[in-house]
Amino acid sequence: MTIWAIQLLNAISYGMLLFLLASGLTLTLGLMKITNLTHGSYFLLGGYVGLTVAKITDSFVLAILAGTVAVGILAVFIQRFLLNRVLQDEVSQILITFGLLFLFGDLALGTWGGAPQTIPKPPLFASSFPVGGVTFPTYRLLLVALGVLIALFLWWFQEGTRVGAVVRASVDDAEMAQASGVNVPLVMTGVFALGASLAALAGILGGPLVGLYPGADLDALLLAMVVVIVGGLGSLKGAFVGAMVVGLLDTLGRVLLPELSLFAVFAPMAVILLVRPGGLFGRT
Amino acid sequence: MNRAPISLLVFSVVVLVFLPTILPSYYVGLVVRMLIFAIFAMSLDLLMGYTGLPSLGHAAFLGVAAYAVGIFSLRVMNNLIISLALGLGVALITAAVFGVLVLRARGSQFLMLTLALSQVLWGIAFNWKSFTGGDDGLPRIPRPQLGMFLDLSGAINFYYFTLMFFAVAVVTMYLIVNSPFGMSLEGIRESETRMRALGYNVWLHQYLAYLISGAFAGLAGVLFAFFDGFVSPSDLHIVTSAKVILMVVLGGAGTLFGPVLGAVMIVALENLVSAYTQRWLTILGVIYVLVVLFAPGGLYGPIRRSLRKWGIQ
Repeated sequence: MTIWAIQLLNAISYGMLLFLLASGLTLTLGLMKITNLTHGSYFLLGGYVGLTVAKITDSFVLAILAGTVAVGILAVFIQRFLLNRVLQDEVSQILITFGLLFLFGDLALGTWGGAPQTIPKPPLFASSFPVGGVTFPTYRLLLVALGVLIALFLWWFQEGTRVGAVVRASVDDAEMAQASGVNVPLVMTGVFALGASLAALAGILGGPLVGLYPGADLDALLLAMVVVIVGGLGSLKGAFVGAMVVGLLDTLGRVLLPELSLFAVFAPMAVILLVRPGGLFGRT
Repeated sequence: MNRAPISLLVFSVVVLVFLPTILPSYYVGLVVRMLIFAIFAMSLDLLMGYTGLPSLGHAAFLGVAAYAVGIFSLRVMNNLIISLALGLGVALITAAVFGVLVLRARGSQFLMLTLALSQVLWGIAFNWKSFTGGDDGLPRIPRPQLGMFLDLSGAINFYYFTLMFFAVAVVTMYLIVNSPFGMSLEGIRESETRMRALGYNVWLHQYLAYLISGAFAGLAGVLFAFFDGFVSPSDLHIVTSAKVILMVVLGGAGTLFGPVLGAVMIVALENLVSAYTQRWLTILGVIYVLVVLFAPGGLYGPIRRSLRKWGIQ
């Protein structure tokens, strides 16, 4: 019984990590309609920058700040100078964002090396506590708490603030928003940077658990896409539910069908798409 | 407008036929790789360039066909005709199933769906070790035996073997895109609603284009399995799907020979650059971005125009 309780806790904390990763993608891919394959790079680069800062300063908080800000700035440049030229053109977006994925992945390999690395856990949360006969790491509880906090914050930001209303207006009808005095290009750049920073945050928070390694960018991208597809493009609620579903399926799959663990994630996605092509909470 | 200049065509045929007599065998192998990827790129172009359905999961068809050939040749028997039929058949069935699922969506959702489904196959290939060899793939796939006079193990024989299929693929594609069916596909690309209003069954046209495209990608997969003698999950991966999109765009989407040009250039570059630097992926990444910024319409159009300026028809 305790084994299953532990697995459930694992699944939920993993799902929270997936939510952080996918919430950024649902902003850029779902809301802004940018086929953003670089999303995995933001995860990886954020994690690596965080790792370096954590090593130098011994501070997990500084690592989070540095990783998200650095990736956010990078994303501003990418959005302004590259993606702005290819709005509405999915094939060009694929080529640019996938090219950048290669570029950043290879540069990260050159800079941080090919060996898998993990970010040290913050000392306050490095311990474990006993559950029944086994122990459970405190860090995973921190992840769950942070995930819930950030989900609430994003929801409040999107639904309850003026800035959130401006974002929704800019996405729904850019021309009308522009005409009513909204600086739509600025809003778009801001949303894109926020999406990238969320991926970076997932990279740093996931750093102590899943680690950073060459290829983690692609893994993160594909998992985030599965979550977004299952939940429905552009829906924060969908990203949250999708992340929980995928987290559960992946954890269960690893326990029950180790030979087909990735299949356990992708196959239900195909089934959901068959029943609801727009995903669980999709607009269409 | 898709008609290639006759003199250029004759020139290409002569070059292709006599190429192995001039080139060292290493480069003959490189040209084989180019021809296989050219078939693969042409197959995607039918869907992307002609029908207006860009797919981010086209590696699925190449991969399943290659796996079918690999598994059959290694575990059952080594027979060209059955391998070929099996590879094409598996690719067709995959396309028939995927087509029903993905054609309900358009635009970015179509991209996501095609990607997602190809990743399902990748997940199976990666995890199902006992059947697919898992991450290690299937090494040492034998080339088929065609009797005593036709041994495909040599580079030159395999070159002509591939060239024959390439020629068949080019001619078939030419006939398809210039047929009324091909014209309807271009009409659908330009305006689905208008074609629907004119009484065309848009879904059926797109579905058939998807099937044909899948079958040709399957042909490339069969040849690739024989050529490389090795199949791995990466053949099903998004990296392969993105690379073939790059080939089509670099050469020129919606033209018959653009994808061929793109495939030749990317395979050549890959080979050249990876020989000199470890940072091949950095360079490939930069190429992806540069193609969009400086050659969004592909290279085939400008090359045609400048050839015509020099009076080559």
